[in-house]
Amino acid sequence: MNQLNHALSLEEKPRKIIRFNRRQSTLITILSGLALLTAIIAASFLMSDEAIKTHFEARNLSPSWQHFFGTDWLGRDMFTRTVKGLSLSIGIGLLASTVSVIVALILGMAAATLGKTVDTLISWLVDVFMGLPHLVALILIAFALGSGAKGVIIGVACTHWPNLTRIIRAEVLQLRTSQFVQVSRHMGKSRIWIAVQHLLPHLLPQFFVGLVLLFPHAILHEASITFLGFGLSPHQPAIGVILSESMNYLSVGMWWLAFFPGLSLLVVVRVFDMVGDNLRLMFDPHSAHE
Amino acid sequence: MQLEAKNIGFRYHQNPWLFRNFSLTLNSGEILGLKGQSGCGKTTLARILAGYEKTLEGRIELGGAPLPKVGYRAVQLVFQHPEKSVNPRWHMRDILQEGWQPDDELLARFGIQQDWLSRWPNELSGGELQRFCVVRALSPETKFLIADEMTAMLDAITQAQIWQAILELAKERDLGILVVSHEKELVKRVCDRVIELDSVHLERNSFIS
Repeated sequence: MNQLNHALSLEEKPRKIIRFNRRQSTLITILSGLALLTAIIAASFLMSDEAIKTHFEARNLSPSWQHFFGTDWLGRDMFTRTVKGLSLSIGIGLLASTVSVIVALILGMAAATLGKTVDTLISWLVDVFMGLPHLVALILIAFALGSGAKGVIIGVACTHWPNLTRIIRAEVLQLRTSQFVQVSRHMGKSRIWIAVQHLLPHLLPQFFVGLVLLFPHAILHEASITFLGFGLSPHQPAIGVILSESMNYLSVGMWWLAFFPGLSLLVVVRVFDMVGDNLRLMFDPHSAHE
Repeated sequence: MQLEAKNIGFRYHQNPWLFRNFSLTLNSGEILGLKGQSGCGKTTLARILAGYEKTLEGRIELGGAPLPKVGYRAVQLVFQHPEKSVNPRWHMRDILQEGWQPDDELLARFGIQQDWLSRWPNELSGGELQRFCVVRALSPETKFLIADEMTAMLDAITQAQIWQAILELAKERDLGILVVSHEKELVKRVCDRVIELDSVHLERNSFIS
């Protein structure tokens, strides 16, 4: 009997190490995604600025063990530039998309709960901003605030809320007439209490999806207004700056200038997307227990 | 105490009147049945009596005063579909305790098991959910309960269990209950008095009590 038990426990052990349930694997995905993002940001602070200074003796080198991503026409190490650029872009993208998602959340809820006048006003604002091309509004705001990170962040935050506001407004309008909200009113709960306790949990998926979808938008818009000369200064190692500069050198055959930074941006956006997806899985009651 | 509907009338938009000059009195401790065919306005009437909908004509009075508009309402409505009247993103415990804190004894009377409390609504059956909705509405401050097809979706055994518990409680607390249903047998079984809602009938007769 003892032997049998022993044999069984031996068999059980390796399985325990390898297998995770779905909740654990979701958690691991989220944590490793976040770890990668923080690693990039941490690395950018730890790396010295020495490598991105001009080194004319090491110009136009293709990728090697010394320079993973090669060097550019000024001899700057592209790996260091990419990491620093990514961390700057992550920062700007995250900040700008968080602000626009929060603006959308507040305006959407206000439009749906504070009566007709507010609703008309906010819907009108949404229409105005949606009628205006993103880039034009972005350039206007960034120009008015003076170029630099501040103008970019405020510009992106102020132009990306209308779509999400519409979605959240529609969602709240529907939720507001649902039976459980009406019951809550009859239990004597206040409007604010209902908004926070009943409505907000339903808006969380929109919040995360909005954040994830806005993040690449924010980075790409940052890149495009930088390219047009209204955004970050060309000395800052932002991904947008790197990409737009490298375009000039593609025809010379320096493919690594655009390839590696572009690939890194793709990976970061994808990781962010994955984290968002898995967070949603954990929060949604329909999948939280699986 | 009395819950009174005085000459109320209601219609949706410009549709024909569902009922007009309709009056009804529900006393504390009384169990009143309201029968009627599908679409004759039973649910609308239930919603008006509980203050979920405003009447277009006449008025609703609770103990001689208009229905209060704030705070915990003494007239509570239990809907037909329990899955719609609970927030799918709340745990059952929070749903149950939204209005008040029911004690374990009451939960046991309605057959609510303790381990259901930590589940999500989508992990319970319709009958189990409806028990929560009923208990949630039965705080000590509730004076009148309006049961709008409350057990129409449930099997016979669950129906019997829920109604038995409610009738006991109504006796103890002197609750007035309006049983809105299209099931003759149920109404006959639980109610002291029955009225029939029939739209044609209502337009002709101005008064039913």
